[in-house]
Amino acid sequence: MTESDVAVVGFAQAPNVRATHGTTNGVEMLVPVFDELLDGTGLSKKDIGFWCSGSSDYLAGRAFSFIAAIDAIGAFPPINESHVEMDAAWALFEAWVKIRTGEVDTALVYGFGKSSAGDLRRTLAMQLDPYFVAPLWPDSVAVAGLQARLGLDSGLFSEQQMAQVAARSRADAQRNPNAQVSGEVQVSDLLERPYVADPLRAHDCAPITDGASAVLLASADRARELRARPAWITGLEHRVESAQLGGRDLTASPSTSDAASAADATGVEVAELHAPFSHQEILLRTAIGLGESTRINPSGGALCGNPMFAAGLSRIGEAASRVWSGEAGKVLAHATSGPALQQNLVCVMEG
Amino acid sequence: MTETSEPLSAPLEVGFDYTRSLGSVLGRFATALRQRRITGVRGSDGRVHVPAVEYDPLTFEPLDELVDVGSDGTVLSWSWTPQPLEGQPLRHAFGWALIRLDGADTALLHAVDAGTPDRMRTGMRVRARWAAEPVGGIRDIACFDPVEDAAQQAPAPADSDEPVTKLTTPIHLHYRHSASPEESRYLRGLAEGRLLGQRCPACGKVYIPPRGACPTDGVPTEEEVELPDTGIVTTFCIVNVPFLGQRIQPPYVAAYVLLDGADIAFLHLVLGCAAEDVRMGMRVRAEWKPRAEWDTTLQNIDHFTPSGEPDAPYKSYAHHL
Repeated sequence: MTESDVAVVGFAQAPNVRATHGTTNGVEMLVPVFDELLDGTGLSKKDIGFWCSGSSDYLAGRAFSFIAAIDAIGAFPPINESHVEMDAAWALFEAWVKIRTGEVDTALVYGFGKSSAGDLRRTLAMQLDPYFVAPLWPDSVAVAGLQARLGLDSGLFSEQQMAQVAARSRADAQRNPNAQVSGEVQVSDLLERPYVADPLRAHDCAPITDGASAVLLASADRARELRARPAWITGLEHRVESAQLGGRDLTASPSTSDAASAADATGVEVAELHAPFSHQEILLRTAIGLGESTRINPSGGALCGNPMFAAGLSRIGEAASRVWSGEAGKVLAHATSGPALQQNLVCVMEG
Repeated sequence: MTETSEPLSAPLEVGFDYTRSLGSVLGRFATALRQRRITGVRGSDGRVHVPAVEYDPLTFEPLDELVDVGSDGTVLSWSWTPQPLEGQPLRHAFGWALIRLDGADTALLHAVDAGTPDRMRTGMRVRARWAAEPVGGIRDIACFDPVEDAAQQAPAPADSDEPVTKLTTPIHLHYRHSASPEESRYLRGLAEGRLLGQRCPACGKVYIPPRGACPTDGVPTEEEVELPDTGIVTTFCIVNVPFLGQRIQPPYVAAYVLLDGADIAFLHLVLGCAAEDVRMGMRVRAEWKPRAEWDTTLQNIDHFTPSGEPDAPYKSYAHHL
């Protein structure tokens, strides 16, 4: 490893739940998450070189909502801090750059969101083109349904395959104590359930989730001190597609393909994909070029818990943990932001 | 301290009329909508984008060739909405669709009033239904109808030639706002006329309102501390400017008030003396509203007023500025 290398060395998350009693600033969720993340590392909050978060004012219903969350860090005396109004996987990208500049040698990245405070399907309309799309208030499930129909009509997948994704995710989530949804379900039973937004059934859509997660990054020297088998980031790329939904090919995910290619996703043994809708997992697998031998979403994935602005970051933590345990040598984590897989990030890690 | 009751929560309504300048390309697209015409912009590769875009998504070249497209089109994809959400184009169940209008190469997202999902299908033909009073926005298209259902369209109003340069979109979102357990104790205390702070277990500082976590130590504040309703002005400003929603005639004083025994000041009003007489270090006391008007809010204190005691020395509050 060279001096500019960066590794993922820690991960913690709040339980994924339908609703919390807490505030939208996430402080109550974040305090125990930070404690768990730093426990056993020998680091205190004062030792962290850079903090970066992902969250959303529209989700919180208040301006500069991330400022209140900073109380959970202990931000006095002043700290080195930044924020992205996206999934915190993009905050991790910023922290990765920060460590590579040599300015800091540790960074703590966190994301949080209390989706239950508002009406998530309407709130997400705020990320659409504000001129000629958002004024119609298309909701997030309807937009995903348009994407799913395009895939179904063109024969890329079937409703049965979508249900298989949901069933496998729920079965895997039984081994994830933080999952919101889990259990053994029969594909045939799922297909008998009603549509919530034809062609999507409830199992095709991620649940509405409150939650938070945090990931610890370290430079090469610090990483070896902090973990016996760090998850070295060997590729980290993100790409964006047009904001014009009707101008994109929604049955492919070219931004994911480009990011995966640039990050060298070949030969990954485990992939944690941030797919809030069942058909999106199928599109992402094709876009990245993942074969049958790659284990997909052993955590259960976003279909079993989708805390907005933390779920993508959690994929990086979940994938890294497979490297720490020795279960895999090369893993991939994917995060998405925006409607219908508009923006995509791919993080490849190796032991 | 153990929290025995649920945190306080209340509805929170957030709303704003977003007003945006449109520029030349989007402005001409909006102007055409008000004339009950749909236009697109021709891309660098000759494809026609609807809605119009200002830059080519492939080459990033600026685009400005507006072309008319049809108000009939073909559904490329659809999803069904059994229970429309607030703000959506129709109040009854409808289909969202990506519609490629005749003469266009990209698809417009809009609603199709098909009645039931079994009338929706990929490839179906639909026609724009115009709103009664066009204003120059996407909602001038009320929705799309299956072509066989489409009624005769009225011509555009005569006064629709003025260019559309701005777009106003009202955005209203609804939340359930929750206070933290610490804030909830403070707010419930106010309803009893008590000022409750909490002390950080690590640094000993007393915060009012108490915090979910001490900003120095990152741990929740815990020990309850009842504070008096007397304190000092640490800093202040004289408000001379009238603004929307103002409750008091300017000039008046908004001040940071540091209660005796607290380590953090809060913002309140200082009345009861001429604005120019307010100063840093001035001793003040709370003027409470009549008890019958109390609620779980700091507005139970109408304002602070000079107590007439000697000013606090600067060094006694310098570290609270």
